[in-house]
Amino acid sequence: MSSRVRIKDQWNEQRIFSQRTLGALLVIAVLVVALLARLSYLQVLRHDYYMELSQGNRVRLDPIPASRGLIVDRNGIVLANNEPAYQLELIREQVPNLTDTLKRLVELRLIDPDELEDTRRVIFSRRSFDSVPVRLRLTDDEIGRFAVHRYEFPGVDLATRQTRHYPYGSLGVHALGYVSAISEQDLERIDRASYAGTTLIGKLGVESAFEPQLHGHNGFRQILVNAQGRSVQRQGAYAPVLHSQPPTPGEDLILSIDLTAQKAAEDGLGDHRGAVVAIDPRNGDVLALASKPGFDPAEFARGISRSEYAELSDSIDKPLLNRALRGTYPSGSTIKPVIALAALTYHLVDPNKLEFCAGVFHLPGSSLLFREGKTGRHGCLDLTHAIAKSCDVYFYGLAATVGAERIAAFMAPFGYGELTGIDISGEKPGLLPSPEWKKKTFKRPQDQVWFPGETVNFGVGQGYLLVTPLQLAHVASVLAERGKSFRPRLVTAVRDVGGQLEPIAPIANPAIQGVTSADWDLVINGMVGAATYGTAAAISKGSSYAIAGKTGTAQVFTVSRSERLTQKVAERLKDHAWFIAFAPVEAPRIAVAVLVENGGFGASAAAPIARKVMDAYLLRQNTAAETATPESEAAD
Amino acid sequence: MEDTGYARTRRTLFSSARLLSVLNLDGPLLVGLALLAIYGLAILYSASGQSIDTVVRTVMRLALGTAAMLALTHASPNFLRRIAPWLYLFGIALLVVVEVTGVIGKGAQRWLNLGLFKFQPSEIMKLAVPMLAAWYLHDRPLPPDWKSLAVLAVIIFLPAGLVAVQPDLGTAALIAASGALLVLMAGLSMRIVLALLLAAAAAAVLGWNFLHDYQRARVLTFLNPQTDPLGAGYHIIQSQIALGSGGLFGKGWMNGSQAQLEFLPERSTDFIFAVVGEEFGLIGLIGLLALYLFIVARSVWLATQTNDTFSRLLALCLALTFFVYVFINAGMVSGLLPVVGVPLPLVSYGGTSVVTLLAGFGILMGLYSHRKLVGT
Repeated sequence: MSSRVRIKDQWNEQRIFSQRTLGALLVIAVLVVALLARLSYLQVLRHDYYMELSQGNRVRLDPIPASRGLIVDRNGIVLANNEPAYQLELIREQVPNLTDTLKRLVELRLIDPDELEDTRRVIFSRRSFDSVPVRLRLTDDEIGRFAVHRYEFPGVDLATRQTRHYPYGSLGVHALGYVSAISEQDLERIDRASYAGTTLIGKLGVESAFEPQLHGHNGFRQILVNAQGRSVQRQGAYAPVLHSQPPTPGEDLILSIDLTAQKAAEDGLGDHRGAVVAIDPRNGDVLALASKPGFDPAEFARGISRSEYAELSDSIDKPLLNRALRGTYPSGSTIKPVIALAALTYHLVDPNKLEFCAGVFHLPGSSLLFREGKTGRHGCLDLTHAIAKSCDVYFYGLAATVGAERIAAFMAPFGYGELTGIDISGEKPGLLPSPEWKKKTFKRPQDQVWFPGETVNFGVGQGYLLVTPLQLAHVASVLAERGKSFRPRLVTAVRDVGGQLEPIAPIANPAIQGVTSADWDLVINGMVGAATYGTAAAISKGSSYAIAGKTGTAQVFTVSRSERLTQKVAERLKDHAWFIAFAPVEAPRIAVAVLVENGGFGASAAAPIARKVMDAYLLRQNTAAETATPESEAAD
Repeated sequence: MEDTGYARTRRTLFSSARLLSVLNLDGPLLVGLALLAIYGLAILYSASGQSIDTVVRTVMRLALGTAAMLALTHASPNFLRRIAPWLYLFGIALLVVVEVTGVIGKGAQRWLNLGLFKFQPSEIMKLAVPMLAAWYLHDRPLPPDWKSLAVLAVIIFLPAGLVAVQPDLGTAALIAASGALLVLMAGLSMRIVLALLLAAAAAAVLGWNFLHDYQRARVLTFLNPQTDPLGAGYHIIQSQIALGSGGLFGKGWMNGSQAQLEFLPERSTDFIFAVVGEEFGLIGLIGLLALYLFIVARSVWLATQTNDTFSRLLALCLALTFFVYVFINAGMVSGLLPVVGVPLPLVSYGGTSVVTLLAGFGILMGLYSHRKLVGT
């Protein structure tokens, strides 16, 4: 269509111009429609979505941690409270180079090199803008060291947080438990939002069992942040309404623990390994729950280092083991009152009939000889005296007569082999053996047979039977209340923020059925005998109230005798000493079980401790507050 | 009373019309520009974080632009035609100077520091390129033949190339666009347009290798902003949040959290469109676009009223280029187009573009008022 010679054609140009102008206007229209469609999509259809994003952009929640509830003993003495402490916190997104920063903190001895990996993991398990504590409870020295180098650490800062304080140090630690930094496992089970801003969480004891009550509800404050993530009050004329919600402090716990009795128990154990549990038989209140050796819960709240923890967990004395709940031992002769009750209830014994103890028991139809323990030969005894003098021969015979099945069936309601249901976790059930149990437990047929000899051993609390100190304190309380008992408890009431007490009602166990009052009298008389003229006669010396008790000696399974043993190991092969007791006999207010590991004979090692605890509780109950001094005050 | 009031209004209108005519100004276009400037200042006050300083400086630039506009309305098409080659050469020379000794700003060599203010030579080319192209075409038969197209290509791509290497891809694209629009209006065959588009697509693939890293990043993040939400995709994501959260009616003047808390980057310059969307909502944006469209439509109408080739091509090109500016900026902010540094005309803060744009409207009004009236 192109011609070789072209001249300007005004009319053609005018036409082209008009066409192109129209075309341009059309294109403009199409583009404007496209733009409006896009804007409508963003601003109308997806408005809610973008509104949320913009809200997330500008408002951040600043958590306000709730202060943790106090823990007080039954007399109102504070056992755990909160005090301010400095800690080092790190906000990941504000740290330019995390590896370098952590390395420098280690160099400044603010983070333990062993903890480096754990710290890093915890940092990455939180959101990048969360302030994560990397070191708790700085000392004044450490605060100073950090302050000097502060400018080198963008994103790391000192923060004041409330931390847990235990005025009496390690006293009662196995009942109280402790608080420690929230671990990764904790994060999986807690509601992260309600713990934002909280650094410590209860571990073990009532601190853990009553964590929801103690923790309370964290509050929050909405804060305005700009694009750099900095908190701003307002930006120019822009000042939106921000919400906040104050925290609800945690509730206080009123424990059943009597600090004086607790202190008596722990002082009584002294440097021995062992446990003491004292229960008020009338309601299941745990008056004292001690396990030795203990540890200082402050170490955990402060942030325990790996080596410190290793020292605790690797120690041969196992200070972290709560022996009261988790230590299982043969019951030894403390079982005898129950065996006696079983025999009486099944009418298989004449309590007044005298049996002759020559120091050896022949199992009928067997060539086996069962020897008397340490007490030698007793001569003629009736049932009451057999309990008081803890005559093994008498009870070998009794057990053989009653039989293992019936013994096990009778013992079960006392709580042997079962959890007592105490309100803190970690308890072990021990073991109540029976022929049926043996059949179920062992695989090889020859192991499944229950031998008559095992029944005989059962009668004196040896063999497979395993009990915890808590269980035996519970048994003592059953004996004290003649069959009635309550589930042991450490927390008797919760006090809310307003000071309103909310008592927790004691939970009664089913009473022991079928035991006559006369039979209870007989057995309790035997126990009173033990505490007055029997194996533990010394315990009643100078006592203004009547005590019923029973000693026990749990054999430690021995390694080969032929080996020469070091002093240390030999000490650990000594028998465990038991003592259970309750008082005053006519109206019992306290039932105690004492275990001293490798303490030897129950009467000498364990019984005096029980007496101290009972004295502390029964005689000085009204002046309890004066006897114990908080550690911190004592140190000043 | 009513009679006198009416008379007074009549008198006022008449006298202002006469004044406008003396000044060679077009009333409706002037009103449109004035409204846009006022709207723009209100937004800028909010977007700059309530900076009076920014507003004052913009008013000064507007005044400078208005002065340029008033001066250029008196320029006849003949005068403009005569100075077009010289302006073009002057602009090219400045670009070369900038390239050699330019002051480094924002990592790119774009400014020439004249002591009093920093001057962007590329702004001259926004006017000089369409002027020279119109000058070249005005006495040649339309549609342009192959030889003319080759010359036009040189006229357009020489300055565009110089600006692109500064590197200022946005302005280079705008310069190229204004030249291309003019050639298109001159009747370029649609087949060639199609062929050129295909060629451009091919060139884009090849050109990828010559792009700077940040330019590549812009293209990539335009295609998928979520790949780099805190880096290159941040602009796009934040501007869409600003627009979307504004909704239909907006969060209110000075109440846009995205803008006020600086989540929106370049809030008072390239991304000011998002501030309008956040604080005044879709309604506010429609109002803004209506003003722009009115200005474009009036400009196009003025262009159609001129009757020589030079005036028609130049006026129409200026009108359409103005729309292209608006669309590229709005498209980039709303995520329709990749992020290129193109300001929203007459509203974005900074640069010499306000002066150039108003000068362009001055030229447009001058061309209109110097038209040869039919029948005389």
